[in-house]
Amino acid sequence: MTLLQPRHRSALIFIACLAVFTIAVTIAAHFGLVSTSFVKTLGKTLCLCLAALAMDLIWGYAGILSLGHMAFFALGGYMIGMWLMYARTEEIVVASLLNGGLPATPEEISQGIATQIFGVVGASDLPAIWSFAYSLPLQLALVVAVPGLLALVFGWLAFRSRVTGVYLSILTQAMTLALALYLFQNDSGLRGNNGLSGLQNLPGVTASQDAVSLWFFWASAAALAVAYLTLHAIVSGKFGSVIRAIRDDEARVRFLGYSVEGYKLFVFTLTAVICALAGALYYPQAGIINPAELAPIASIYLAVWVAIGGRGRLYGAVIGAAIVSLLSSWFTGGRVPSIPLGFATINWVDWWLVLLGLTFVCVTLFAPKGIGGLFDRFAGVLTPDRKGAPLGPDDGSLMEQEAQK
Amino acid sequence: MRLTALVVAALCWLAPMPTLAQEAARIVQENRDQIVKPSRQTIGPVITALAASGDPMADDILSAWEAKRLVIRKSDEALFLALPEGDGFALTALDGTPAGTAVKADLTELKPNAGVRGLIATALVQFTLSDPDPVKRQEALTSIAQDPTAEALEPLRAAIASEADPAMKAQKERLERLLTLRFDPASEARVAAIDSFGADLGLDLRAALNPLVVTTRVASATPPDGNVAGELRLGTDIPEDEAYALLVAANLAPARLTLEEQRAALLANLSGGMVGGVPVAELDTQAARDRAYTALEASGAVPVAATDDEAKAALATAKFYEVYAEPDPAVTSAAQAALGRIGTKVGVMQTADLGLDALSLASIYFLAAIGLAITFGVMGVINMAHGEFITIGAYTGYVVQLFVPDYTLSILIALPLAFAITFGGGVAMERLVIRHLYKRPLETLLATFGISIALQQILKNVFGTQARPLTSPAWLDGAWVLNDVVSISYIRIAIFVLALIFLGFFLYLMKRTRLGLEVRAVTQNPAMAASMGINPDRINMLTFGLGSGIAGIAGVAIGLFAKVTSELGTDYIVQSFMTVVVGGVGSIWGTLAGATMIGGFQKVIEFFNPSNTLAAQTYMILFIILFIQFRPRGIIALRGRAAGD
Amino acid sequence: MTALLEVSGVTVSFDGFRAINNLTFAIQAAELRAIIGPNGAGKSTFMDIVTGKTRPDSGSVTFGEKSLSLLKLSEAKIARAGIGRKFQRPTVFEDQTVHENLTLALKAARSPWAVLAWRKTAQDEDRIQALAAQVGLGDSLDRKAGILSHGQKQWLEIAMLLAQEPRLLLVDEPAAGMTLAEREKTTELLVDIARTRAVVVVEHDMEFVRRLNCKVTVLHEGAVLAEGSLDHVTKNQAVIDVYLGRG
Repeated sequence: MTLLQPRHRSALIFIACLAVFTIAVTIAAHFGLVSTSFVKTLGKTLCLCLAALAMDLIWGYAGILSLGHMAFFALGGYMIGMWLMYARTEEIVVASLLNGGLPATPEEISQGIATQIFGVVGASDLPAIWSFAYSLPLQLALVVAVPGLLALVFGWLAFRSRVTGVYLSILTQAMTLALALYLFQNDSGLRGNNGLSGLQNLPGVTASQDAVSLWFFWASAAALAVAYLTLHAIVSGKFGSVIRAIRDDEARVRFLGYSVEGYKLFVFTLTAVICALAGALYYPQAGIINPAELAPIASIYLAVWVAIGGRGRLYGAVIGAAIVSLLSSWFTGGRVPSIPLGFATINWVDWWLVLLGLTFVCVTLFAPKGIGGLFDRFAGVLTPDRKGAPLGPDDGSLMEQEAQK
Repeated sequence: MRLTALVVAALCWLAPMPTLAQEAARIVQENRDQIVKPSRQTIGPVITALAASGDPMADDILSAWEAKRLVIRKSDEALFLALPEGDGFALTALDGTPAGTAVKADLTELKPNAGVRGLIATALVQFTLSDPDPVKRQEALTSIAQDPTAEALEPLRAAIASEADPAMKAQKERLERLLTLRFDPASEARVAAIDSFGADLGLDLRAALNPLVVTTRVASATPPDGNVAGELRLGTDIPEDEAYALLVAANLAPARLTLEEQRAALLANLSGGMVGGVPVAELDTQAARDRAYTALEASGAVPVAATDDEAKAALATAKFYEVYAEPDPAVTSAAQAALGRIGTKVGVMQTADLGLDALSLASIYFLAAIGLAITFGVMGVINMAHGEFITIGAYTGYVVQLFVPDYTLSILIALPLAFAITFGGGVAMERLVIRHLYKRPLETLLATFGISIALQQILKNVFGTQARPLTSPAWLDGAWVLNDVVSISYIRIAIFVLALIFLGFFLYLMKRTRLGLEVRAVTQNPAMAASMGINPDRINMLTFGLGSGIAGIAGVAIGLFAKVTSELGTDYIVQSFMTVVVGGVGSIWGTLAGATMIGGFQKVIEFFNPSNTLAAQTYMILFIILFIQFRPRGIIALRGRAAGD
Repeated sequence: MTALLEVSGVTVSFDGFRAINNLTFAIQAAELRAIIGPNGAGKSTFMDIVTGKTRPDSGSVTFGEKSLSLLKLSEAKIARAGIGRKFQRPTVFEDQTVHENLTLALKAARSPWAVLAWRKTAQDEDRIQALAAQVGLGDSLDRKAGILSHGQKQWLEIAMLLAQEPRLLLVDEPAAGMTLAEREKTTELLVDIARTRAVVVVEHDMEFVRRLNCKVTVLHEGAVLAEGSLDHVTKNQAVIDVYLGRG
């Protein structure tokens, strides 16, 4: 099983492209050809691609249309954000107390941090959930543990009761809504709708944002590469075979002796953790996180990216996420010229969502393979002629037009 | 007193006014000496006589006297009512006829002392309480009710017997009892007044009772004087911090030091890099700072402050009591008992009110979800654009009101128009998109989501982000008030009725019509239905149109009380999904049960945590996730092979 | 010798309709058994109950020497305990190759972690090759199962069942849609399999049942109507009345 086998070709090409892209951006940034904010945008896009990879694993491969994975993404962001905000505030508080004439006591420092962070919601005590915020390793562990546990508990409850198809989609949507509503409260301990801010300032780092944005860009690219290779290894082996079988016909898989619920839970939790890691890389680049990031619509967009890229193929998810999110920031950034129609003007800031929505409907109707279908055409891969029958009885199974002959 | 009032009233009602016109002036003239130099002890009968005169001028005379506007003209020693006018005063004779003007120097003002003025005021109250004009009487009553005083009690009592209007008499009697329970000097009378109310729900009663049971907390070594409510246990009834603050307030213990004060004191005594013998660099722990402060205390440089141990010791020896502001124990216990009775009854009424609220929320969810439930039940299609159809319905109402200013008529036009528009939209969507994704529920979900974001953005581009007004007809304003606790707005009743109409309509449609039969056939077995000559395409199209059309009507209804923005539907869509999931697919009764359950549950949570609707929704969703554990197919589930396990 | 599978007093009803009514049934460790019965006799529900898809209202189902109760087990656990099931319509994973289908079925640890760590050994490959050859799919290992013919899918499914190495096989109308030659081959295969394990065949085709040459159980209205050799049951008047007579 060497890497040169045909089934590993796509992974090799992908890694090569990613490497070339990373080097090109680094060089361009070095010579000042791209702005710091654009490097950040690219870094954030790579994180979104990582989340889309996870979405593809759960939806494209396991057939579970989760509409809640951006909740895990945001939770990961919150967990790292807590440390960033705490450590950064601590620096400021210690410095200002030192100016007061006496060296600060631990009590004064924690009181000062609490007032600094929570003054905005009218509290002056650090909530219990900030107990570990002083420590980077502990908070990093929480990046994985909190979304992972949430996914584990939610998934266990949902899969155990054999909730599938659109029921499960709605339930995951409800989960993310519940979480968002919870975080919107001031007494949730995470600053309510203010969210966490100033996350772009790394504590103890004096380097400029130019350098920091590049570090995060590299870290995002590395994380994407590692995740891609790992997921590729998973889906091209027997495990991938099992989850694709679950996608197409889970009842049959049960009669083969596989615990379908166990596999779903495994995939759900794994993808939640991947999303959380992506979020933990994303939000320090974005600088701010608030509960609006958990809105159910964000998770649906994730599914839209994967669908436009072409589900059931890892590179499709990455391409879809990259193209749609970059186009989106291009269109909504107001840099696209408006189209005068005489009686009205199409201002893309206002009409981009209309275009995206309708494009998406068309992709679903006419090109279920999404952008990935172009690669199939290029490689001469055909779709089987099944007279319209999908490849399995389940809701998430591949459609005829999605399959490869 | 009461007799006088009776006479006044009788005269007011029976005797024609003119015969009395000189009465007040006569009384004033007869008692001129007393009025010019009044004494609190002797002036009473004069005031009473004036009040009882029945002369409309008596009121003005008394008011002027109280306001120091009753004057003597120096030239002829005659009494006049004076009103400031320009530099001087406009004079009015005691019989009400104008008497020219005068400058200040020509007049002597009568200045009754405070005691006399109090008597006049009381008489005036009684006067207005017995005024022949019911509006004035009502005003007087309202002003007493808003600002009850002990002085108002006697005139009020005097004004009851003469009251002829039964409603106002009842009002007076109620107010009299309310004043009695607070201000009567006799303890028995107060207790009797309290008990006479039973478990009355009036807010005025609770406003009168609550001041009686107000307590203050005191720290004291021995039980304090006064009406003691009870002793407070440290830690359980009263937190230690608060208790210590009481000790400090009672001068029983020295104040405690806050961290900031300690810091400031240390900084103030900083010398040569040392504070109280401790180097500054070492003051980065609390223990070191305490050590330094203690050293400063010993040297007398800073005031003595309690340490933790001292504070604990002081708390251990002290006792804390709760003392009623009201000194009479009989009254406080009667008031406590009455408040207890009222509390129980309020609880019952609040439950009823909660029930009404829940019912109204349930009808809203039912309206929002029924269309979704139908399309989901019949076609297995989740329509993410359902929320946008609701929004379109609300905007239809808004646009209609732009052209039809009559609100009643515009709503009547908007309802069918909204149905027609969204029905058309639904049919178009089914023909263009959903038909091609038949049996692919997940793809349908995403495709309809695409339509949803496009529609929402188009609506935003057309109507802007500001909320648009959709005004309900005037006859829907206001609320049906049962008592001070239970009330429900007419608009919610209307929505409830609308929900009932839809329930009836759907039951009829599904059980009694050919279309309903065909829809049920397609729901249960599309292939079989097709082979029986039913065209599933047509049924799907109609079903989807119908489901969308109802969303439009629901939109008009929701728009009447919610803000009409392009995100209106989004606010209801997840709840609608939940309603369908909880209720069970393919059953109108299921949707009804789901809506009732979700509406009820949300209201119950809000009741326990009224300030926090966000938390209520969070807990509701958690509840639903747990509920699905026990009823994965909803409350009303199809069982057996038909459910397609 | 105790029975491998014992079903006793099982009753199940859907919305008041009794699909299975106090059914009692047993099969030995190496036995071939045919179940026949008119439509709605409860044949499929019986298999659903044994494989854990449907929970009975009352009764007991035990399996193996230790009399393991199947009623509390999930479908997956029952399959791992050694019960394989072949559906009436061929159900293979159409988006995956024949090789992948067989790999999935191959007897091995089934937990996610074990599957992640699973590496194909030479024996595994040999076994897959052998199974594919046995059912005539030796040349089609790399083809997607979705493009196989109906008969080939049936064979692939039987091969997958054998790869599972079950102790009890439940086979639902294996001969449906097969040519005469394929039927004969299927018969031979089933008889051969039944030498080492228990096989229950649900079948409508009387000729096919006759060729299996085994004990026959006749189900009617969710209960056993008659049991014995085919000749014995076809002479039973009750059986003739409810089932055979109609044909």
